[in-house]
Amino acid sequence: MAESYRRSHWGHAVFVLPYLTIFALLLAFPLFWSVWLSLHKVDLFGPGRFVGLGNYARVLADPVFLQAFRNTVVFVALSVPTLVALGLFLALALNRTTRAASFLRGLFFSSSVLSVAIVTLIWRFVFIPGEGLMPLIFEQLGLQPINFLSTAGWSLFSVGVATVWWCIGLPMMLFLAALQQIPGDLYEAAALDNASPWRVLTRITLPSIARTVMLVTVIQIVMQFQLFGQAHLMTNGGPSGTSRPLVMYIYEVGFVRWDVGKGAAASELLFLIILCAAMVQYVVSTRKPEVAE
Amino acid sequence: MSASIEITNVSKNYGTLTVLDDISLSIKPGEFVVFLGPSGCGKSTLLRMIAGLEDVTAGTISVGDQRVDTLPPGKRGVAMVFQSYALYPHMTVAQNMSFGLENIKVSKEEIQRRVHLAAETLEIAHLLDRKPQKLSGGQRQRVAIGRAIVKEPKAFLFDEPLSNLDAALRGRTRLELAQLHARLRSTMVFVTHDQVEAMTLADRIVVMHNRKIEQIGTPITIYRRPATRFVAGFVGSPAMNFIPVQNISQNGNGVAIDASGLGILNAELHLPTAFSPEGAALGIRAEDISVLPAGQSGIPLIVEVVERLGDRTLIYGRLSDGTKLTAEADGRAQVNAGDRLEIALDISAIHLFGADGVAHHAVGG
Repeated sequence: MAESYRRSHWGHAVFVLPYLTIFALLLAFPLFWSVWLSLHKVDLFGPGRFVGLGNYARVLADPVFLQAFRNTVVFVALSVPTLVALGLFLALALNRTTRAASFLRGLFFSSSVLSVAIVTLIWRFVFIPGEGLMPLIFEQLGLQPINFLSTAGWSLFSVGVATVWWCIGLPMMLFLAALQQIPGDLYEAAALDNASPWRVLTRITLPSIARTVMLVTVIQIVMQFQLFGQAHLMTNGGPSGTSRPLVMYIYEVGFVRWDVGKGAAASELLFLIILCAAMVQYVVSTRKPEVAE
Repeated sequence: MSASIEITNVSKNYGTLTVLDDISLSIKPGEFVVFLGPSGCGKSTLLRMIAGLEDVTAGTISVGDQRVDTLPPGKRGVAMVFQSYALYPHMTVAQNMSFGLENIKVSKEEIQRRVHLAAETLEIAHLLDRKPQKLSGGQRQRVAIGRAIVKEPKAFLFDEPLSNLDAALRGRTRLELAQLHARLRSTMVFVTHDQVEAMTLADRIVVMHNRKIEQIGTPITIYRRPATRFVAGFVGSPAMNFIPVQNISQNGNGVAIDASGLGILNAELHLPTAFSPEGAALGIRAEDISVLPAGQSGIPLIVEVVERLGDRTLIYGRLSDGTKLTAEADGRAQVNAGDRLEIALDISAIHLFGADGVAHHAVGG
């Protein structure tokens, strides 16, 4: 009995083999290979040379990397809270069963299904000097137009606006799902408890969806640290690298200058940064799970 | 501080669907009133309308001297215990109990005093720092009651609060609720579909059926003198026997009832002159039917199923014409399926129901 059970037990592995193969080939192997690459001076055209942590030292000493790191941190620090707050606001506003709410939910989510090329094209129409929507609005208001895509500071802001517009669907949907899990009788009890709308929001709704707020924040931190397409297509990292994010730096080092080892080292550093940011968020959230009044 | 509740010509519609139709009811201060009825009869809706969780389509509701049906739930001076308890899961027991008082800016000292007093009354003082998920069903139930008590409301509203408890705990909590009512002397309105809860807790029971109130009365009145055939059938376990009536004739002070399988029964019963035997039924409870000792002759009953409950035995059988009848014997009765018994009816305990369902009771019953 025991023997036949053991045999059948190993036989079960056949069912997970297809997934295991894909996982090993497409996830585990590249992860370890990139670590191996980051320790070698390699250009993909010949055998690599082991350089230890040399690539890491070169990356950390590179002012372009440091500028890209700073840009990315600023971008994440501004876009993630905006996505969380706006997503929550939309979810609260649209958490009802009217036709208008259903339509608006679909409308706000629709941007998420567009490709990055279309998103950037739309926002280039908005920001592009001369014929863009913003210059026209500025002109109508009698204001001096701002060249959003090629002015330091404004270029990263423009990328941020396009990103929030593109990514708002997922946070909104996750918050809506969480809001719909809150039992209706809690709100009835709060109504009998004389709670004001603000007290209901801060003492009933937000604590009830605290885990989802944490989840959305971590997902957005991970996603926004990987900013690339929007910056690449809207501003190409300019002017003077003020809107160049870390992934674009990795792309330029690895695929434009073919310094693959250095690119891999920068990738590992980005991986660590994302891991640390998500962990910090997780620790902070779990230490104080209840939202203050 | 208990208050009366006055419900006057209240109706509730959802679109074209009428859920409550012209309900009027007066609840005295300090009274324990139970709304009893089957699922979907509108009893919970009526309670929720008193609480302010449902709008009133027509009519008025007053608590004390104040008309409340236009006020929001928090301003009505009532507290409610929900079927699911509806405790705030992220707050401790103490926070759950004090939340309502904080909202109306009661001082911290007063909140603390009331929470501790209620916690001691309900024996949950040791649970004040715990969150609801760390509590058993019974403890959550007490916290929900505690949350209502601290508000010192004019009336307590209970929406089937015992239905999520196991049988033993339900019995104990029922007793504690009765003690709590005796101690607080507050107006309490309690919704249930469980007739045992209604019979044991209520000063008065409001039996509801099909959007309307069928009968309002003390538990014994409801049980002994049901106003309608629905009340007679709904209250009591096993349900009252209903035997079709073939004919009724006047007979001196009473009537002679020809009922299927029972023969002619002479009962002291006053019927209106227009009473028609067509569609009428004779009602009698199982405990008012006795099994005669062997050798005595009565009404024959063929036993089909016997249920031994320990203290009593329920005998399900058929009369000579096939009409079903349930009788009750004592717990030690030697009865088996297939036996032929002779039974007798307590004529003073019979009821006669017209085709319209209205009951007429035997004199002295």
